[in-house]
Amino acid sequence: MNPRLTFATAGRVLRQVRADHRTLALMIAVPCVLIGLLAWIFNGTPVFDKIGAPLLGVFPFVVMFLITSVATLRERSSGTLERLLSTPLGKGDFLAGYALAFGALAVVQALVATGFAIWVCGLDVAGPRWLLVVMAVVDAVLGTATGLFVSAFARTEFQAVQFMPAFVLPQFLLCGLLVPRNGLPRVLELLSDVLPLSYAVDAMRTLTTQVDAAGDVGRDVAIVAAFAVGAIALGSLTLRRRTP
Amino acid sequence: MPRGQVVGLLGPNGGGKTTLLRSIVGVQIIAGGTVAVLGEPAGSPSLRSRVGYVTQEASVYADLTVRANLNYFAALVGAPRADVDRVIEVVDLGAEVDSRVDRLSGGQRSRVSLGAALVGSPELLILDEPTVALDPVLRRDLWALFRRLAEEGTTLLVSSHVMDEATRCDRLLLLREGRLLADDSPDGLLARTGAANAEEAFFALIEAEAAA
Repeated sequence: MNPRLTFATAGRVLRQVRADHRTLALMIAVPCVLIGLLAWIFNGTPVFDKIGAPLLGVFPFVVMFLITSVATLRERSSGTLERLLSTPLGKGDFLAGYALAFGALAVVQALVATGFAIWVCGLDVAGPRWLLVVMAVVDAVLGTATGLFVSAFARTEFQAVQFMPAFVLPQFLLCGLLVPRNGLPRVLELLSDVLPLSYAVDAMRTLTTQVDAAGDVGRDVAIVAAFAVGAIALGSLTLRRRTP
Repeated sequence: MPRGQVVGLLGPNGGGKTTLLRSIVGVQIIAGGTVAVLGEPAGSPSLRSRVGYVTQEASVYADLTVRANLNYFAALVGAPRADVDRVIEVVDLGAEVDSRVDRLSGGQRSRVSLGAALVGSPELLILDEPTVALDPVLRRDLWALFRRLAEEGTTLLVSSHVMDEATRCDRLLLLREGRLLADDSPDGLLARTGAANAEEAFFALIEAEAAA
């Protein structure tokens, strides 16, 4: 890997997103609208305080998953990936460049969404607020890494978009937002133990309820980050310099 | 292939031209045999900044400007920014430099794709049907550019299925159904087959092979 090539790639990806104003606006505005809607629905109940923060972790995961899987599919089908892999660019540079670019976008998205949830919607956070942002960014990188990996199995944009419900919704159902994880049937509970989104949601929930949350949250952040690194490693196996 | 030559790779569609070019670039899974490029195995890391590859379709980023595209490819091969200005001159896109690639015409787009391979001045340029779908004027300009690059010491391997482009090459390889039918200079080919032009020479070779 070569940091210069990684940063060149991250810069190029960011330039592409910047050229697409509508995508940028949707990326920033949609989480705020959803959080606002949720706060309104559960107005006067304690529900928003319980699920608001976990959702701040789910949004970046879903959004970055979708955007990355479509973006990499585009690279594969337009021939730019083949061209890139005939240059000195390493596979690691390519993947890290994408992770870096979408990680940076996630910082902006997380800052705006978290600020909106806390100051506009009155979300109560007992633990350190900056950890909410850290967790959201790690979730976004996980989404990017998973999207990169999954895009290898999609041949068309139609397939890529449908991998979202296939990969993301089961994790969403099992992550403890609908039913606490220890209340799930045993098999499903074990399954939820090996899904990264469960740890992301656990961390967000700990943050909202405990003042000294840093230790527990740090462990969850590390687990989610490990999943992201694993997904990037798997993704690099799907990038082949030589293809038939 | 000697340095500074324009070598034409000709043959009908589906004859294996792209497969051969991709093997030389090192992005093709090779079923058997070896491919050596500039004295090294094809696809070696050291070759990646010495070989420029232009695919059949313009493989550049449609949502970026011409300059942003060239800057990125220049960064990948470690070429200085000044080289981007030089290439913009060479491919004659000075007026479109700040336009997004998806707003350009087909011919301009393929010149951006060519420019992306020219940054960093590779020693060997692999061009897969660069003149397909271009009007006659652009085609002539592009061949003039190839000639100029060759005079400056670049070696070019250009594929085409348009036989009249054969006369512009120093050397011709005729490929049909994965087999090399001929490897000769354009004049040598015409002399050998007694044909009036490259297209007839090609037909003569196919018939000779069928008779053998």
